Amino acid sequence: MASRQESPVRAPGDPLPDNVNPLPRKGFLGWLNKRMPVDEFIANQLTGYYAPKNFNIWYFFGSLALVVLVMQLLTGIFLTMFYKPGELTSFDSVEFIMREVDSGWLIRYLHSTGASAFFIVVYLHMFRALLYGSYKPPRELLWLIGMLVYLALMAEAFMGYVLPWGNMSFWGAQVIVNLFGTIPVIGPPLVEWIRGDYGIADATLNRFFALHVVALPLGILLLVMLHLVALRRTGSNNPDGIEIKEKVDAKGKPLDGIPFHPYYTVKDVVGIGVFFVLFAIIVFFVPTFGGLFLEGPNFDPANPMSTPEHIAPVWYFTPFYAILRAVPDQRLGAMLMGLAVVSFLFLPWLDRSPVKSMRYRGWISKTMLTLFVVSFIALGYLGLQPAEGIYVLWARIFAVIYFAYFWLMPFYSRASFDRVKPVPERVVFNAH
Amino acid sequence: MADNVVVADDEVDLSRRKFLTNATIATGAVGAVFVAVPFIESWSPSERARALGAPTDLDVSKIEPGQMAITTWRRQPIYVVRRTPEMVTHLKGHDASLKDPNSDKSKQPDYAKNELRARKAEYLVLIGTCTHLGCLPKQRFQAGSPEMGASWPGGFFCPCHGSRFDLAGRVFEGSPASVNLVVPPYEYPNERTLRVGADEKGAA
Repeated sequence: MASRQESPVRAPGDPLPDNVNPLPRKGFLGWLNKRMPVDEFIANQLTGYYAPKNFNIWYFFGSLALVVLVMQLLTGIFLTMFYKPGELTSFDSVEFIMREVDSGWLIRYLHSTGASAFFIVVYLHMFRALLYGSYKPPRELLWLIGMLVYLALMAEAFMGYVLPWGNMSFWGAQVIVNLFGTIPVIGPPLVEWIRGDYGIADATLNRFFALHVVALPLGILLLVMLHLVALRRTGSNNPDGIEIKEKVDAKGKPLDGIPFHPYYTVKDVVGIGVFFVLFAIIVFFVPTFGGLFLEGPNFDPANPMSTPEHIAPVWYFTPFYAILRAVPDQRLGAMLMGLAVVSFLFLPWLDRSPVKSMRYRGWISKTMLTLFVVSFIALGYLGLQPAEGIYVLWARIFAVIYFAYFWLMPFYSRASFDRVKPVPERVVFNAH
Repeated sequence: MADNVVVADDEVDLSRRKFLTNATIATGAVGAVFVAVPFIESWSPSERARALGAPTDLDVSKIEPGQMAITTWRRQPIYVVRRTPEMVTHLKGHDASLKDPNSDKSKQPDYAKNELRARKAEYLVLIGTCTHLGCLPKQRFQAGSPEMGASWPGGFFCPCHGSRFDLAGRVFEGSPASVNLVVPPYEYPNERTLRVGADEKGAA
């Protein structure tokens, strides 16, 4: 067993390991390295960062999320060059981008499709964590920071959806902002403060614009950086849920680890390629995705005097929206909706299983995870349907399953209840 | 002892140093709270928004009996229904199926906290946003209309989440909204004019 100093995951500033390929010490790179720790940074973060060798398809989505984030920043910067926030200008300037700015339609569709792509990738990334127990110790903080990214992303997406000032933008903002009005005592003045007017108005639109293009992107970037920093300390989990740092060779390198660069950068490039093929098909052929990515009523300008026949948020919020509508009392509904989102934060402490990965858990944990995924998708569908009759009944049933997954976990995940299989000493890996 | 040491280790008063550190942090925190005030204040409705929220007038004599007029006050739709005597009689007899028949939990000025939730039986004045999540309830004035069911006494239906209200804006059991539609402050400066946003107590 190697001592702690030889651990392959080193804090920035620790000396370089011997095996790191020395980069040029002469010329420009030599000059640069004397003034900035470029070699050290690469060695610390990429070539000297060991990741488990048994990553599978579920491990594409972290790097993909980073790629989508960069794409959203880039397309967003260009959209701000043409977009004019304001009650009288927002809708027209978006139409101006769509019809009169050269390639404006493409930049806008990249951004709007990118928002949905972001959530698809993030949901799959989160599912990976549920599947392999990546939230369990020692990665609780990594999970919490990731969840904060998700919460910031929800706020970012909501405010972004308000900016085109279509009728669904307006009424979506109305419904979501009024949720804060259900808080006892401070609710009504809080709503007025958020809106800056007696209704959703110019003031609201302008502050959402500021938050959407400056404050939240800065916050998301900071949180993503912290997410990566925390990952460098604990290292990645893997499909077997085994800590690779516990089995190291004489030099302190994990026996089941491979350097992130070049092995996983190359793998991720393949994932990015496949992603952009699918992404381009949607952007060029079905950018509204049948009203799921961009809703029909949002092609009408905001009209405070006319509610769309049927208000539904964009698909990535509909599971929570279905829970909100399933409850006959509005305050309780809003609370349960909030709890549905926040429940994820408690996972590291709700899970009592001695085993991380689903591979070595019993049928109860596997069944509960399956039921949870089914209920999440079903609630997503129900949130898009009108809130009446059989849809409400089903939403109630699936909401119960959704919460059961989280809050019964301290009981059903125990080894005394859910019989776990023996976890192997080393990761299971068949070389290709 | 080296020349560059200002204070020798045994001369350092650690409790004094700790007190000064904590005092500095506390003063800074109080300062940060005060600095936050103008930024938080900036989000309140501006002077202009408040001026535009002044009372608004409507000539109610132009509304046909059984019809509704919509005006706006503070960016909110104001529903003004001219109730027929028949509509008013339909308001009786379904108290048992209402969540708040006497409007105890609901918001309205004292002069509208009565059976008809109005100053005059003929005119119903409401803020036309659903107390659930702010959508606009639609007119379903016809009693027993086929889409609302035979027992429907006439009222409003919210298309967003299915809340139902009677012709006094009172919410029915089984609706996601838990309180009645809000009655704004209003008065009649003369027989024909309805003024929304002002009453005996002055402008809201």
